[in-house]
Amino acid sequence: MTELRVSHLKVHYGDLIGVSDVSLRVEAGSIVALLGSNGSGKTTTLNAIAGLVQPSGGSIEWRGETITRQPAYAIVAKGLALSPEGWRLFVSQTVEQNLRLGAAVLADKSRMAALFERVYAMFPRLTERRHQLAGTLSGGERQMLALGRALMSEPRLLMLDEPSLGLAPGVVEALYETLDRLHKEGLTLLLAEQSIPLALDIADYAYVLQTGRTVLEGKGADLEKNEQVQEIYLGIATQPGAGDTPRPT
Amino acid sequence: MLLAQVIVGGLLLGAIYALFSSGLTLIWGMMNFINFAHGEFVMLGMYVALLVVVWLGGGPATFGFAAAFALFVLGVIVYASLIRHVMRGPMLAQILSTFGLALLLRYTAFWIFSANFVSLPQVSLSGTLNVGGILMPVPQLVAGVAAIALTLGLHLLLTRTTVGSQLLAVAEDRNAAMLMGIRPDRMQALAWGLAAGSAGIAGALMAVSYPWSPSVGETFGLTAFVVVTLGGFGSVPGAMYAGLIIGLIQALSAYWLGPIYKDIVVYALFAALLWLRPQGLMGKA
Repeated sequence: MTELRVSHLKVHYGDLIGVSDVSLRVEAGSIVALLGSNGSGKTTTLNAIAGLVQPSGGSIEWRGETITRQPAYAIVAKGLALSPEGWRLFVSQTVEQNLRLGAAVLADKSRMAALFERVYAMFPRLTERRHQLAGTLSGGERQMLALGRALMSEPRLLMLDEPSLGLAPGVVEALYETLDRLHKEGLTLLLAEQSIPLALDIADYAYVLQTGRTVLEGKGADLEKNEQVQEIYLGIATQPGAGDTPRPT
Repeated sequence: MLLAQVIVGGLLLGAIYALFSSGLTLIWGMMNFINFAHGEFVMLGMYVALLVVVWLGGGPATFGFAAAFALFVLGVIVYASLIRHVMRGPMLAQILSTFGLALLLRYTAFWIFSANFVSLPQVSLSGTLNVGGILMPVPQLVAGVAAIALTLGLHLLLTRTTVGSQLLAVAEDRNAAMLMGIRPDRMQALAWGLAAGSAGIAGALMAVSYPWSPSVGETFGLTAFVVVTLGGFGSVPGAMYAGLIIGLIQALSAYWLGPIYKDIVVYALFAALLWLRPQGLMGKA
């Protein structure tokens, strides 16, 4: 069953084009990767789905309902959560307050205790630091808190924007193990990443963005071998200039 | 002994300064928005207290809560009808809108209540307490203690409760708060309600001991700015200490130099502080 369907999404920032034509689908229970270099439109796409930016064209459907242009606070309440780029923790509040804020959308507050228990069991480090300000955490701990905070809203689909950005390789590996486990527990994931190998390993399906368009899609394993992907991501040009990004028209 | 009494009196008045200034600092901390009508909220709180006492009777608890409630509602209305719209406009629009609101409220009060000074009819609070030779009028004592308790209560509401945490989350990162499912406009309306409500109850507490006219709002507004700047914009504990300090300085300079000099001393020290420490006592540099 298709959970999320984005069709011909278009986003403008004033005169600038954020994305010009992005289409993608996320099936229930799958992991979908959104790949592309810096500035290709991954963040804009996720922000538009989450309701943080208003699309100027195209449509976004969530479980059969059109949610284009709905505000962010309404969209997260439908079970579609985004953990934004750079984590955006509330650094002047404690770990526990951040987690509680993540549960702001819960209709049934009696679930709160169970959710806290689940997150603290998943990330014992957060338990130790529960009364510490989020601003005092290390990079890896911040990623744990961002993920834990997003899980506190009990999402059906979790979007993660560059979760591995700025993390040490060992920490990234631990993060992907956690994501894999969450997926096995039934969470659907839409993952924007710049670093492909891990993302493609875990993803069932992937879309490649270039200058605001979906230019390529396919099964994770297939894309991994694709030459064009190698060019776009790793900057390995098969001929001089081939890795350069074309100008938007 | 007289000096001790002056100090106590200054601190008790300073406690009320702290209470209404904490509302101003809350709005600044939440929205980077300066409310020039804040002193008028205090003034309206005084008139609400008067109307409740005259029409309905009842003690300080009754008219205190009535003033807090009436001004809370007014604060929410002001946010929804005015602030929400000018918030994203240029800085000048923000300044002029609340400045205009201040004039509107002040002259409406002139129109309804006239420019004459009024005071509350004798209320159940009266008498003087003698603590080790220091004479403390009961109305000021009750008002000062209540004001400190309410300021601390506001601070605890912000730092210890879920709704306070959501308010601060909106202040810190509006978009991230929206991703949590928090509605920023509701939180900001609540902040305006709390700010105006605390100003209203501060007015009611002052009405117990001092006569007033519609123009007092201007004085209180200015006092609140001095307190908030001294304490550091956005800091409720800062506003609390600064309020007490300003009350104390006023009382001491009135005692040593004469009542007409008290404001000169306050503003001279204030100017000196701005020069030496522009971020305020507890503000971040």
